[in-house]
Amino acid sequence: MFQIKNLKVDVNEKHILQGVSLKIKPGEIHVVMGPNGSGKSTLANAIAGNPKYKTTDGKIALGGEDLTHARPDHRAQKGILLAFQYPKEIPGVSVLNFLQTAHKAICKARKIAPMNPIEFRKALRERLAKFGLDATFMNRSMNEGFSGGEKKKLEMIQLSFLEPKIAIIDEIDSGLDIDALKVIAGGIKFLAYGGRGVLLITHYKRILQYLKPDFIHVMVCGRIVKSGSHKLADELERKGYKNIHHKTSS
Amino acid sequence: MKKGLTKEVIRRISKDKNEPAWMLEHRLKSFEIFVKEPMPSFGPDLSGLNLDEIIYYAKPGEVKNATSWKKVPADIKRTFEKLGIPQAERKYLAGAGAQYESENVYHRLKEKWSKFGVIFEDMDAAVNLYPELVKKYFMRCVGMHDHKFAALHGAVWSGGTFIYIPEGVNVDQPLQAYFRMNAKSMGQFEHTIIIVGKNSQGNYIEGCSAPKYNSPSLHAGMVEVFVEESARLRYSSVENWSHNTYNLNTKRAIVDKNGTMEWVGGNLGAGVTMLYPCSILRGEGARADHLGIAFANGNQIQDTGSKVIHAAPNTTSKIVMKSLCKNGGKTLYRGMVKILKGAKGASTHTKCDSLILDEKSVADTIPAMDIAENDVSANHEASVGKISEDQLFYCMSRGIGKDEATGMIINGFIEPIIKEMPLEYAVEMNRLIELEMKEAGAVG
Ligand SMILES: Nc1ncnc2c1ncn2[C@@H]1O[C@H](COP(=O)(O)OP(=O)(O)OP(=O)(O)O)[C@@H](O)[C@H]1O
Ligand SMILES: [Mg+2]
Repeated sequence: MFQIKNLKVDVNEKHILQGVSLKIKPGEIHVVMGPNGSGKSTLANAIAGNPKYKTTDGKIALGGEDLTHARPDHRAQKGILLAFQYPKEIPGVSVLNFLQTAHKAICKARKIAPMNPIEFRKALRERLAKFGLDATFMNRSMNEGFSGGEKKKLEMIQLSFLEPKIAIIDEIDSGLDIDALKVIAGGIKFLAYGGRGVLLITHYKRILQYLKPDFIHVMVCGRIVKSGSHKLADELERKGYKNIHHKTSS
Repeated sequence: MKKGLTKEVIRRISKDKNEPAWMLEHRLKSFEIFVKEPMPSFGPDLSGLNLDEIIYYAKPGEVKNATSWKKVPADIKRTFEKLGIPQAERKYLAGAGAQYESENVYHRLKEKWSKFGVIFEDMDAAVNLYPELVKKYFMRCVGMHDHKFAALHGAVWSGGTFIYIPEGVNVDQPLQAYFRMNAKSMGQFEHTIIIVGKNSQGNYIEGCSAPKYNSPSLHAGMVEVFVEESARLRYSSVENWSHNTYNLNTKRAIVDKNGTMEWVGGNLGAGVTMLYPCSILRGEGARADHLGIAFANGNQIQDTGSKVIHAAPNTTSKIVMKSLCKNGGKTLYRGMVKILKGAKGASTHTKCDSLILDEKSVADTIPAMDIAENDVSANHEASVGKISEDQLFYCMSRGIGKDEATGMIINGFIEPIIKEMPLEYAVEMNRLIELEMKEAGAVG
C-alpha cells in the first residue's frame, strides 16, 4: 500500500501543501481534481522527490517503507513513478538510450535481470506501436520536437515499461485527441489491473468515463477538502469548486 | 638530446633526415623569424612555457631508449588501463617504443591505394621521395610569417603525414595516420599535408585518441590541406596530450571552387590548448564545416575555435562547437568569420554551446565577424549554461542515479559532434569524457 500522511510541502519558501493524507491500495485508481494552482502538481512532485519541493512535515511510505526523504532515483527504483505534466526535453539522448538506461538502473536496484538490447528494442517497438507512435521515435531525442500528445504518450510508455507500484499521473489527458485519450486510458487501466496503485490528476471528467476510479479527491489551496466516489466528479461539474469548498470548510 | 634551439640543432635535424638544401634553407629562415616574432598577443597565459627548456629534436632511436615504460607517469598508465588499451599499444602511445602489427595495416592501405596514384607517406620520407610535390605545397597554406609558433614549426618540424590524392579518385576508406604513426615514431612538431585533387574525395583520421605522453611540454604541429575543385576532405582528430603540454597547433585548409572541407575535432588533453582550425574558401561555391568538442578539466585551458574566410561568391560555412568545463577548467570559444568584398551570396552559421559543470569552472565565447559584403547571410547562436535541475530530476525520477544522469545529459550535449566522428573515435570520445567526469582533473 502507498500512503501519505499529513504531507506539508514548501515551494520557494511558500507553504503550498498544508497537510495532505492519502491511502492507495494496490489496484486502486484515485483521482485528484482541483482548481489551477491548488497544489496538485506540487503533490505529484513531492511524492516523486523533486528537490525543489521541500517536504517540511508528514510522511510518504510505500509498502511500509518510509521514503519521505529518499532520493528521487531511489523512489523510482522502489516503484514510485511520475508521469509529468510538462515532460522535459533531453537533447541528444534518444528515447531508446534513455529508456534502456532507466530500465537497467531499475532492474539493478530491484535485483532482477534486465532485458538484453535486442529484447529491449523489440519490446520498445511493440510498446510504441501500441500507443500509436512510429518506431522511428526510438531514435529521436527525448521529447525534443514532440507534439503535446506525443509527449504524453511517451510518459505513459515510460510508466508501463518501468513497472511502478504506484503511478502518479499528472494531467496526462490535457490536450489529447479522442483516440489518444482512449489509448492512454487503456494504459492506465492496464496498470491498475496489474495491481498497481494509480494517482491520477485531471481537470476533466472525460477520461474518468473510461476508468471508473475508486476515489475522487478534491484539492483546494493545498488541502484535500472532499473525497468521494466517482459520482463526485459529476457533482463538481455541476457546482464548481467554489461551492464544494464552501460546503466542506464551513 | 639537447634542450633549447640553435642553428646547430636545426642543421642536425636536416642532416639526420638527409634533406635537400631548400628544406634546410627553409628551416633556417623560419628560425630567424621565430626568434624575432613576439608571443601571441591574445589568448591564454603562456608565461609558463620556457622555450629554452624544450627538447626540439630527438632521433626516433633516442626517444625509444630514453623513455622506458617505468618512467611513464602513473596517471597516464592509469588512463590506458581504464581505456582497456592493450599492453603493447600502451607502451607505444606512451612513447616507450614498441612497434607492432599496425605497420602491416599501414602497408596494405598504402599499397592498395597507390594503384590509383594515391600517395600516403611519412612526411620525412616524402621530402625525399616526392621533392617537387612537397616543395609545391609545403607551408604554402600556412606561411612561416604567420605567427611565432608557425615559424618555430617551420624550423623544427619532424614527422607527420603526406597524402596526395590525384584527380578523380574517391578514396572511400579512411586513411588513418594511426597506423602510419605506429609504424614510425611521432613527434610533437609533426607536419601534415593533404592534397585532394579535382573531383576527388578523402577521409583522414589523425593519430589516435588515447593520451600521448612526450617528455617535452610543447606541441606545435601543423596541418595543411588543399581541397581542389569539387573535391572533398574530411579531417578528424582527437587530441589528448598529457596535461603538462602546451598544445599550440595550426590547422588550415584552402578550398577551391565547389570543394568541401570538413574539420571534426575533439580536444581533451594538454594543459593549455590554442587551436583554431581555419578554412579559406577561395573558390566560388566552396564550403566548410567545422565541428568540435573541447573539454577542460582541472587546471586546463581550452582556447579553441575556428576561423573561416569567405573569399569567393556563394561560399558557405557551418560551425558547431560544444565545450565542457569542470573542476576549475576554462573553455573559450574564439571564432573569426570573415566575408570579403565580392563574396556575394556567402552564408555562414555558427552555433557554439558551453556546458559548465560546476561553480569553479568558466566558459566564454568570443565570436567575431568581419563582413565586407552586403548580399550575405551570417548568423551566430551561442549558449552558456549548466545542466538544468529539471532535466536531472526528470532522469532521476526514472530511477537513474545522479552521476549516470549527468553523464547521459553530457553525452546528449555533445552528440551532434560525436555522431559525425568515425565510430572508433565516437566510442573512445564517450569513454574519455566519462573518465574525465570521474577524475578530479590534472594538476600542473
Ligand atoms: N517550481 C515552482 N516555483 C515556484 N512556484 C511554484 C513552483 N511549483 C509550483 N509553484 C506554485 O505552487 C502553487 C501550486 O502549483 P501547482 O503546480 O502544484 O498547481 P496545480 O494544482 O498543479 O495547478 P494546474 O492545475 O494549473 O496544473 C502555485 O501557486 C504555483 O505557482
Ligand atoms: Mg499541475
